[in-house]
Amino acid sequence: MSERLSRRGTTIDGFRVLGVAIRREPWIFTLSTIGSVLFGALTVADAWVLGWATDHVVLPAFDDGETRSGLVVAVLALFLGVALLRAVGIVARRLGAGIMQYRMQAHSRRAVTRQYLALPMSWHQRHPTGQLLSNANSDVEAAWGPIAPLPMAVGTIAMMVIAVAQMFLTDWVLALVGMLVFPAVVLANLAYQRLASPLMTKAQQLRAELSEVAHESFDGAMVVKTLGREREETDRFAAKAAELRDVNIRAGRIRAAFDPTLAALPNLGVLVVLAVGVERVLHGATDPGDVVTVAYLLTVVSFPIRSIGWLLGEFPRSVVGYQRVRSVLRARGEMPYGVERLVPGEGGARLRVEHLRFRHDPDQRLLDDVDFDVEPGRTVAVVGATASGKSTLTDLLTRLVDPEDGRVLLDGVDLRDLAHGELATAVALVPQTAFLFDDTVRGNVTLGADVSDDDVWAALRAAQADGFVAALSDGLDTRLGERGTSLSGGQRQRISLARALVRRPRLLILDDATSAVDPEVEARILEALRSGDRDTTLVVVAYRKATIGLADEVVHLDDGRVVDRGSHEALLARNPAYAELVNAYEQHDELVGEVSS
Amino acid sequence: MSTTATLGTTVDEGAEIGAIATVRRGIQVSPELKDGLGRTLVLAVIASAGQVVVPIAMQQTLDRGINGSGGPDVSFVVLMGVVSALAIGLTSLASYLMTARLFTSSERGLATLRVKAFRHVHDLPLLTQNTERRGALVSRVTSDVDQVSQFLVFGGLLLVVSVGQVLVATVVMAVYSWQLTLVVWVCFAPLFLSIRYFQRKLSAAYGVVRRQVAVMLSAISEPVVGAAVVKSYAIEQRTQERIDTAIDEYKSASTQAQKFTVVSFSLGGISAGLANAGVLLIGIWLGFAGEVTAGTVLAFAFLVTLFVGPVQMGTQILTDAQNALVSWRRVIGILDTPADLVDPGESGQELPDRAVDVRFDDVTFAYPGGPPVLRDVDLEIAAGTRLAVVGETGSGKSTIAKLLTRLMDPTSGAVLLDGIDLREVRQVSLRRSVVLVPQEGFLFDDTVAANVRYGRLDATAEQILTAADELGLGDWVAGLPAGIDTRVGQRGESLSAGERQLVALLRAQLADPDLLVLDEATSAVDPALEMRIGRALERLMTGRTSVTIAHRLSTAENADEVVVVDRGRIVQRGPHAVLVVQEGSVYAGLHASWVSQQGTIGR
Ligand SMILES: Nc1ncnc2c1ncn2[C@@H]1O[C@H](COP(=O)(O)OP(=O)(O)OP(=O)(O)O)[C@@H](O)[C@H]1O
Ligand SMILES: Nc1ncnc2c1ncn2[C@@H]1O[C@H](COP(=O)(O)OP(=O)(O)OP(=O)(O)O)[C@@H](O)[C@H]1O
Ligand SMILES: [Mg+2]
Repeated sequence: MSERLSRRGTTIDGFRVLGVAIRREPWIFTLSTIGSVLFGALTVADAWVLGWATDHVVLPAFDDGETRSGLVVAVLALFLGVALLRAVGIVARRLGAGIMQYRMQAHSRRAVTRQYLALPMSWHQRHPTGQLLSNANSDVEAAWGPIAPLPMAVGTIAMMVIAVAQMFLTDWVLALVGMLVFPAVVLANLAYQRLASPLMTKAQQLRAELSEVAHESFDGAMVVKTLGREREETDRFAAKAAELRDVNIRAGRIRAAFDPTLAALPNLGVLVVLAVGVERVLHGATDPGDVVTVAYLLTVVSFPIRSIGWLLGEFPRSVVGYQRVRSVLRARGEMPYGVERLVPGEGGARLRVEHLRFRHDPDQRLLDDVDFDVEPGRTVAVVGATASGKSTLTDLLTRLVDPEDGRVLLDGVDLRDLAHGELATAVALVPQTAFLFDDTVRGNVTLGADVSDDDVWAALRAAQADGFVAALSDGLDTRLGERGTSLSGGQRQRISLARALVRRPRLLILDDATSAVDPEVEARILEALRSGDRDTTLVVVAYRKATIGLADEVVHLDDGRVVDRGSHEALLARNPAYAELVNAYEQHDELVGEVSS
Repeated sequence: MSTTATLGTTVDEGAEIGAIATVRRGIQVSPELKDGLGRTLVLAVIASAGQVVVPIAMQQTLDRGINGSGGPDVSFVVLMGVVSALAIGLTSLASYLMTARLFTSSERGLATLRVKAFRHVHDLPLLTQNTERRGALVSRVTSDVDQVSQFLVFGGLLLVVSVGQVLVATVVMAVYSWQLTLVVWVCFAPLFLSIRYFQRKLSAAYGVVRRQVAVMLSAISEPVVGAAVVKSYAIEQRTQERIDTAIDEYKSASTQAQKFTVVSFSLGGISAGLANAGVLLIGIWLGFAGEVTAGTVLAFAFLVTLFVGPVQMGTQILTDAQNALVSWRRVIGILDTPADLVDPGESGQELPDRAVDVRFDDVTFAYPGGPPVLRDVDLEIAAGTRLAVVGETGSGKSTIAKLLTRLMDPTSGAVLLDGIDLREVRQVSLRRSVVLVPQEGFLFDDTVAANVRYGRLDATAEQILTAADELGLGDWVAGLPAGIDTRVGQRGESLSAGERQLVALLRAQLADPDLLVLDEATSAVDPALEMRIGRALERLMTGRTSVTIAHRLSTAENADEVVVVDRGRIVQRGPHAVLVVQEGSVYAGLHASWVSQQGTIGR
């Protein structure tokens, strides 16, 4: 994930990132900048009011021993007016900056998560969840960090420009000397960005890795607990935390040097101006008052420089965060969808699998020349040993992945030509491992589709889940917890089954998804799907002979190839490997029988 | 954060801890924060003194050296210039050293905090872990800790310094005029009095913010983990809407908090204006009474700025601090959540290094807030027995397994191993002797070998291969692209479901426990391989006690004894051959259905 920094340098990149934000939220930026300018102006006004009050109210009052109430009211009004206006400035500046920052974060987060949903499974497999969380959280936050000090910095630029102009009007030679501060600031900044950028890159990377370790470790908490591996997991996390700590300390040291340097430079500039100024005064080239003025103006400049410094200080982290976010946004390979629609038929769908080839790695042979078809309303059982490629095949049938070669046709249409969402209207997959959402039972079954409670109950009944759901405290409205933790394994599987059944799919794919359902129930489910008006087409991955027996055809998969096709009986008779696979339990029974007899 | 009525204990939000208590508790957890605090404070004093001295020295140079009545006083300018330069250098150095030290001690302290919190998450009871969303837990050890860092480096000390400056300014003002000092304090009174109010508001507002972060991360992580379901059901849009809602709620929460921050901060500015006006007007009035002179009033006008600066700085830090404090509390909240089923530790008993017998003594168990799922379970398993547990889905089999391995404690009754109540057994000893292969095997994103080593840390490659051979998995391992160095992917998803179970089994085999509990450990493995593993396990189980939960009754047929669980009760127990002939029994029913699914066709 380590993104190379661009050659342009962090400062320019940092401004570009800010440019993106300003273009995206111009109005709120303008508002907060106006607030900032207002604040600056009124800070000056405050001093002016004090001076005016001194001259017109305080001194006369002490001199004359009396004062006019009108003037008193005026002083009060002036001070409070300035203070109130300044408060308005603060509100506009800080609230504006805050809102701008939060909005930009939200924009980025929406974009990033859209990308997460659009990118294909292969991308997800390569990117740990913890890292994606870090992208959406820490990186986004880092990217828009400089927005907070931005209005202040922009607001003070006006201050700086005025001060510099006055310097030049006063004594241009001294002003030029004073200007030396600026290249010095630029140099300091360059050094800072150079030193800090790689560390920030490393820090953001480590934050992602830390989040990765944490997420994975909490995900596998049960394994860690059962094997008593808390110490080792903690060590793993502690190692990353220590790395992050060290990088942060190193980055912190650099930051610790940068801020006082920026504070010191204008002061040192003043001293140089003084030295040159004294020289000039002695030579009669200028008069002392001008030297003092230029020197004072230079101290005025120091505040803008520091506030710009706070802005620049955020740049390295921002640029890194932005690049990390960008690399997610730029990731290509989301699945292109076609425009074809399926004819909304009632009966089962026709499935044709043509010479499929698929692999995850170049040196792997996962599925090779898999070819079979399923007539509408028929049932095909896919049987094969562990790791023979059955689940991979179901992934291809539901277009979770695209084949390297060959095609899958549904009612004669290549899956890749179908519009987004079209496939899901006709096909439902019950995966091998049930995945439930942190939602209610109803939400998990309907997944937001407009389905009546009656239909939900019917689906639950069909999946044999109605009994335990009815016993839950809030029935359909019971929340199941993340991944459905409050249910037993078999119960989760049944909810997952009901989720598919409620959609009345025209092609139903069951990936070993009924292992926890009684065989008679399974038989009833399958019969119900096949009978009547629906006549659903079925592809089942199964080992149970009872299930296989219901199939019209068996596809025997071995090491990614279809090695045999035909009826169960035919395969049993002619294919010893198949017989050994599905008869394993009985052969065992016989063995046991022989031994005990 | 409670998401599920029936799920139990939740993790502490730490909401009740006050600000001071939070800091005190935080320092207690991360003692590094105190490291060299004295020296850091000295540096802070030097740095902040320098921030006053430098302008004065420069002003002196200008006013007296250059603008002096008799033309530039070169020697004075040189002297003051050198003094100024030294002051600048010293100030910068002090400021650098101070910040660097702060960074060092805070980052060290926070790393400790992170690690402690992480460890504590693993020490939480299983049920608490399950209640919390992963995303939320992750946010506590990552972004919550990050929030604290900013405050510790840039806030904490500055706050102390600011308070000090306010006090010094007050003393100096009082020397000039106690009446006007009073005026200033009265003008700031509303601000000071309202600080507590704002603190509470802000604390609540940032509490919402931090909670929303957790909600948002959970909303993002869930569909990422369940990407396959999201895609195959084409529910991207609905999922995105949920994520968007979480993102927007976080945004609104942050904006809301920012509003309070801004209001409390701008109140400082208004107070300052009020104080300026008050000093002048009351000053004039006092002047009439002959109490003060014009000079005092004017000097006072400047002194007020010395007072206002730190006050504003202080309020700003205080408001910003709320975010950090809330985060800090959340992390500390984890540590304050009662840890696991208490480990007796040193004083606990050790399990013997041989097969153990198991006893369930009138055990009843209910998940928090739910009805009992196990009732009055009495069960004795002799040492060395191979016991099979069968029963319908949801009957309580996994619950028995979790009680047996002390992932949870019974609601009433006791589980005894070798006659010792599990609650009195040392955790290390327990985890060494008892291993559970859970229903949902989880693999870490690493190699097969690394995953297997969770079972035994020092296992060599040969030992792993031997264990694989013993289990009849030698061929499978040999067929993996890189053997035991094959990477398994996130959650093991680059392996097939059956292969994941094989790795989990291998892991348990290497752990070499005295009591092995298999919860549907081979449910996704093909029958031929399952039978092979079953036979291997039979051999390997000699000298161990084993409890096997399985839907496939072939396991029960080979066990020494079978226990049948039905709706939380043990309804039958005995060898397969005996149970199967008990007409009308649950087991006979289960077996008949098993036979029907195996036998009816093609025999
Ligand atoms: N993302 C992946 N990257 C690399 N290899 C993979 C990936 N997913 C699966 N494989 C490999 O592909 C092969 C087939 O896996 P698949 O899940 O299709 O098997 P299966 O027939 O469903 O097995 P099971 O019966 O155990 O579920 C396995 O060897 C597995 O290791
Ligand atoms: N964390 C939990 N919170 C609340 N209830 C739970 C929790 N875990 C399980 N249950 C409930 O307890 C009961 C027993 O669950 P258990 O997991 O022991 O069943 P099981 O017999 O192992 O089922 P399966 O064969 O499906 O694995 C079920 O009704 C289940 O809904
Ligand atoms: Mg599979």
